[in-house]
Parts: sequence; C-alpha cells; structure tokens
Amino acid sequence: MSKTNMTRRGVLKTGTLAGAGLAVPTIFTASSAAAFTNEPTGSSVTLGFNVPQTGPYADEGADELRAYELAVEHLNGGGDGGMLSTFSSKALDGTGILGKKVEYVTGDTQTKPDAARASARSMIEKDGAVMITGGSSSGVAVAVQALCQEAGIIFMAGLTHSNDTTGKDKKANGFRHFFNSYMSGAALAPILADRYGKDRKAYHLTADYNWGYTTEEAVRTSTEAMGWETVAAVKTPLAQTDFSSYVAPVLNSGADVLVLNHYGGNMVNSLTSAVQFGLRAAEANGKNFEIVVPLYSRLMAKGAGKNVAGIFGSTNWHWSLENVGGAKYAGTNAFVQSFGQKYGFPPSQAAHTTYCQTLLYADAVQRAGSFNPCAVAEALEGFEFDGLGNGKTLYRAEDHQCFKDVLVVKGKENPENEFDLLEIVDITPAEQVSYDASIFGGDLGSCNAGA
Amino acid sequence: MLGLNKNDMRLLLIVAAMVALAPIILNPFPESSAMAQFNAGYPDLMQRFVIFGIFAIGFNILFGLTGYLSFGHAAFLGAGSYAGMWMLKLLSINVIPAIIFSTFIAGLISLAIGWISLRRSGIYFSILTLAFAQMAFSLAASVLTPITGGETGLQTNLNDPRVLPSFLGGGASDGGNIPKPSLFGMEMTASFKLPVAGWEWTFNWGYYVCGVIMLVAFYVAIRVFRSPFGLMLRAVKSNQQRMSYTGLNTRPYMLACFVISGMYAGLAGGLMAAMDPQVGAERMQWTASGEVVLMTILGGIGTLIGPVLGAGLIKYFENIFSKINSSLLHEWFAFLPDGLEDFIVAIIYPFIGKGWHLTLGLMFMAVIIFLPGGLVELGQRIARRFGKGRTANATGETKPAE
Repeated sequence: MSKTNMTRRGVLKTGTLAGAGLAVPTIFTASSAAAFTNEPTGSSVTLGFNVPQTGPYADEGADELRAYELAVEHLNGGGDGGMLSTFSSKALDGTGILGKKVEYVTGDTQTKPDAARASARSMIEKDGAVMITGGSSSGVAVAVQALCQEAGIIFMAGLTHSNDTTGKDKKANGFRHFFNSYMSGAALAPILADRYGKDRKAYHLTADYNWGYTTEEAVRTSTEAMGWETVAAVKTPLAQTDFSSYVAPVLNSGADVLVLNHYGGNMVNSLTSAVQFGLRAAEANGKNFEIVVPLYSRLMAKGAGKNVAGIFGSTNWHWSLENVGGAKYAGTNAFVQSFGQKYGFPPSQAAHTTYCQTLLYADAVQRAGSFNPCAVAEALEGFEFDGLGNGKTLYRAEDHQCFKDVLVVKGKENPENEFDLLEIVDITPAEQVSYDASIFGGDLGSCNAGA
Repeated sequence: MLGLNKNDMRLLLIVAAMVALAPIILNPFPESSAMAQFNAGYPDLMQRFVIFGIFAIGFNILFGLTGYLSFGHAAFLGAGSYAGMWMLKLLSINVIPAIIFSTFIAGLISLAIGWISLRRSGIYFSILTLAFAQMAFSLAASVLTPITGGETGLQTNLNDPRVLPSFLGGGASDGGNIPKPSLFGMEMTASFKLPVAGWEWTFNWGYYVCGVIMLVAFYVAIRVFRSPFGLMLRAVKSNQQRMSYTGLNTRPYMLACFVISGMYAGLAGGLMAAMDPQVGAERMQWTASGEVVLMTILGGIGTLIGPVLGAGLIKYFENIFSKINSSLLHEWFAFLPDGLEDFIVAIIYPFIGKGWHLTLGLMFMAVIIFLPGGLVELGQRIARRFGKGRTANATGETKPAE
C-alpha cells in the first residue's frame, strides 16, 4: 500500500491547484456576442447538406445532393433559375440569401443516426453551417432534427415519410416538406377500394423499423375503414435481402392482396421475390391476386424493372405531374428542365423535396430579414405558397408539416424509356389527406436560437 | 507519486498535457487557410477522441494483457449508452448519475456474458462474444423497441419525468426546450472561443469533462498494468495451461479482467450519451466492435498509450477525410492545367470522401506489415534513431552517411 505524507507545503500546493481547477469553469460562462448559433457575419452563408452517400439509400442521397447543388446555383443567380421563376413568393432575387453568397458543406449520414449526428455536429461546430438539411431515412431525420433543436439551428427534413418526424418527435426548429405515411394511406385507400373492391383480405410485409410500423398502421387503418380485412402482418428485418421465406406463405394464407411496406432495396427485393412466386398471376378467393407498395419512388421502380407494372402506390411528386395535372402544378416542368439540363435525366421525388426545402428556407430568411432560427421558423409557420411543383401548399404552424396534393401512381405497363416508369393514376387533393395536428401526440416545444 | 514509477508518471503527465492543450494542438492551421479543412479541434471530434480513447484503453486491458480477443465490446458500449440515456430521461439531466449507472449496467452485462464466454478461449471465445453482441444488437434494434427506441433510437424528450430536484438537474423543460446534459448547471455544449491571430481555439466544457475522466481511466489502466493482478493476466496470455497445472484457477482473474474492460466500454458509452443525447442501435453492431479492435492494433497492442492514439487516428479519418468532396479537390488542384487537374482528382477521389475506408484499410495493412507494434513502435523507432544519433555524437564516433 502506498503511504501518504501530508506536509503543510503539500496541502497548500494541492489547495491552490484545486482552487485554480475549480475556477476554470467560470471562463466558460462568458456568453458570446452572437445573437444566435453561427450567425453569418461575412459575405457568405454556409448551409449543411447531410445526405447518405454510402449504405442502402445512397442512390437517393446522390440525387438529393444534385438537387442541393442546383438550388445553390439558382439562389446565387446561376443557371436558368429553375423554380424561382414559378415560386409564388418573389422575395428571392438571385443574389444569394440576404445578399450573402450561398456556400455549402456536405456530409455522409451513412443512414445511421449516430453517423448522421456526428456529421451534422461537425458542420455546425466546425464549418459554421446555419441550416442543416437532408437525410433519406426517418430514423436519421428524427435524430438530426433533435440535434438541430438543441444546437439552435434550423433543420429542413429531406426524404422522411414516417409520421413521427412531424408527429411524436416534432421539434420547433424542424420542418418537413415531404408527405407522410398517414397521407399515403388516406390517398391510396379510396383508389384501392375502387379498383380492387371493398371485400379484400390483405397480407402485410413490413420493414421492421419505425417507418415500416407507421406505414403499416396508416394503410391498415384506412383500408380497414373501407371494409378490407387484414389477415396477417409480418415484420421483416431491415437488412433482409432474400424475401422468399416471407413471400412463400402468402398465397396459402387466405389473403388476396399483398401490401409491401418496404422502401428502397428492400422493396426491390421483396417485390421481385413476390413476382417470381407467381403472385401476380395467381388467383385467390376467386379474385386476381394484387400487390400494393404504399411508398413508391422512381429509383425503386427502376431497380424492380418490369415487375412494377400495374402495381399501385403513392408518391410525393413525379416529374410528369405538370403534363398530367395541368398548370395547377406549375414549377414541375421548370425544375425538370433545369435539372435535366445539368445532369441529363429527370429528378426523383427525393431531389424535388430537397430542392424545395432549400428554396423555402432561403425564402423564409429573406422574408424574415434575418438568419435567426426563431425568425425563420415564424416566417415558415402557416406559410402558404404555390409554384413549387405540388400546387397550393401550406406549411402548417401546429406541426411544421406541409400539406399538399398526394399522387397515386401505378407502375407503367409499357414504359417508353428508362425514366418513364410510373403513371399517375389519381391526384388526391390536400383536404382529403389532412388530419388533426394532435393525433400523433408529441410537442413542438419552443424555438431555440442557441448561443 | 500516486503509486507510479518515474516513466509511467511522465507518460501520464504527457497525456494530461495533450488532453489539456488538444484544442490548440488539433487546430494547427489558421481558420482562413486552405488547410483549415484538416483541423480537428472542434468539440464534437475532440469529445470522440477521448471517449473512444477510453473505450480502446478498456479493450486493451483485456486484449493487450490476456490476449483474449473480444468481438463483442460494442454491446457494452451500447448498453452503457442506453443506461446513461435512461438516467438523463428519468432521473436528472446532470451527467453524473448517467455516467455511474452506465458503467454499472455494462459491468453487470459483461459479468453475464463473460461468465459464459470465458468457458472457452481463442477463436471460440471471440465467436461467443460476437454472437452475444449481435444478439444484443438485434434485441435493441427490434424486440426491445420500448426500451431502446428501435431503429430511431432513444432521445431526451419534453415529457421525460426527471424526478430529481432542479438544482440536481431535475425538471422536464427549460423554457419550452429540452434541457441539455450538464454538470451542475454547466452545459456540456458550452464553449469558450478564443481567437488568436488567425486561429480560433474552442475550449469546450464537455470535452474537458471527458478529458478528466479519460485521464482517470488512463491512470487506473496504468495501475492495472503494473499490479500483481496485471502480471497474472500476462501469465494467462503467455501460457494459460501451465498456470492451471501449477494449481492456479485463472477464471476469476479472467472474469475480473473482462468485467473491468466491459465497464470501461460502458463508461465510454455513458459519456457518449452525456455529450450527445441520442443513442442508436447501430452503436452495438459488429462493425463497432471491429472498430475498437482496429484502434488497438493500429495504436499498439498491450501498450498504454497505443489504443488512445489508434482511436484518435481512426476517428480523425472518419470525420475529416470523409468530408472532403470532389469540388474541394478541384479547388486545391486548380493551379494545375485542366487535363492534369482532372487526372489527379480522378486518382485521389476514390480515397477520400466516402472512400475513406479504403485509405484506412491501406494504412492498416501498412501498419500490420511494417510496424507490427503499431504507432507506438513507430514512435519508438524514431526515438531510437534520434537517441542513437545523440549517443554516437557523445562518444565522438562518426558514422558514414547513409
């Protein structure tokens, strides 16, 4: 055992050291002069684009990044201006935001909440980003939204479809333009009842995570209200690639509709598997067997190839919307054109929503006259706009969710080219998919400006 | 002093100085220079350096001393994080209960896992720990969703109870906002920025809390390494059978070592939750377990400082290299003629940004092949070379230039 020798000098020395140590924290309390986190003081402003560059949603992430770069170009007065010319608010003039040139930093979320937060924190702490946007998964969106709330930064959600993002986990500093599971269910159910009848028996395969649960629940609730019956709901692991063991029991279960609550690579694999098992050609209960995919995207349709032909689903936006729905959806063609000119192919819905989010943020700052997150949030709350490709849209103040028309789409039987994969079947008006802001619980809290 | 010999004391003081001055050391490039991209002195990354340093130190107590390669340490890290998070939600936003409870829970879980896994050694032990860790991951990601928040993870909320009185960090809301983790009122995110000439140094409160805990953890590790207990563990590494034949039961020693190591991981997990209140299940995935093995090997197995260096290096790559994108590369090489610029960027691009794993892999191979003792061996070789030069001069001998 060690022996302790106490001397007067020793005690004094230790005492002084301890005192100095205890005094250290007081220098940290000196509050800085900035009014809010990362107040831009120079001639430029930095935005943080946090998208999955690796992992299962890397395709969506790459498309999001393209849209962000395009949006920055348009905000700084480059290119043809895209949707700036059709946007109903005319506050933006192509000179950046509040006269400051827009610059950006990028990060990789890896579709993991931890990695996404690390990347967002480095953007905030190191690069001085004043707004974070992006993400292609609800888990990431919820995690990064909470971080931004804590840091006093505005978060403009990218592709996130779970009800929780603006429901149970909503935050005062977070905003979502994309639609959600509830809206998918509400838009799909009437079409399904119309095409497939009201006495159907559904079998759900659900990705075993947050988004899967809320989507399954939304589709179940709205189809059961139409008279459908749910035979079974089976959860499949997110990392699953071979779905044959999940698809095999479907045909003998007494169900005549298969609902695939899968996204991205999951959906491509499960759908392919279902088609290989001959479900499309099968008959059950004297009816044709049908497959439904609640959340569709063009990138997924591309992955699943001709298997998507005739399969119904919902989507936030599609590049052919203005051609089908008419001038009501102005902005779509302008965006498709400038995106196509730069990259050589039409944008996906992920690209569209992130482009809109960037413009909406810039516009809100311009109208508020300040980058202060609280001022920006106030400008966005209850904001009604048009001309961003979805028709008339409202950013609801109660939960920071956008309300706009939802598209019901169907895989094309005879696509003309590799981008022409989805066909718009119906456009469900916003009123039909609106809901009371309180049904999902959660609390916005109050806006945080940080610093 | 403190029961350490002179060399160990010097090492501890060097580490202490490095931790204290990290915000300055890690920001070698002025803010406005093009090299500022490579600065690592911002709070989030510095916190990660020391937290993963603790994780790797703990792992090294098991792997470095006994040679038992655990592939399941991420389970303890994750368990610690969840435990800490629940303390932040239920008890108080003060980080102390979170840190204590996370260490305790990780200790319990490692006791259970160690009890079973330590019945086997070598590859079977590794596989058992890996199996347990994957089990923990699957449980956290799906079955235990009510406790772990599933894929979305666990966060602090406005409606959390936080039952302790407010001066101890209780209370649900702070002016309509979720309170931030703090130590008796000092928020972990609070920073003091000091602009000096072209540099800006950020002294972050949370970082220093982690730093002090890391120093304590480092000190305890030195004591373990130098103790009779540590000697026993080394004996297990050199020949466990012979120890059994001489009548010594090695299992209690191994179990104690495994639990200590697990508690280090839990402590690191608890600190992660305290610095950034969000826990996701992927923190338990086998890749996270593999990462700490890489850190330890990269830094130097069985050395005191090695794992900390290894942890720092890997986190640096993950956070700095992964953020370099192609437009930045083009900016750097803009002085070259166009064709050459594109060519050079095309060559470098696969190794940066999302390709940072590739660079790390190459470096890992280089270290294994040329420096089996890790970064510490590199340091020793350099020191020896300079040391030799000095003694050669002192004795007046001259060596032909190489």
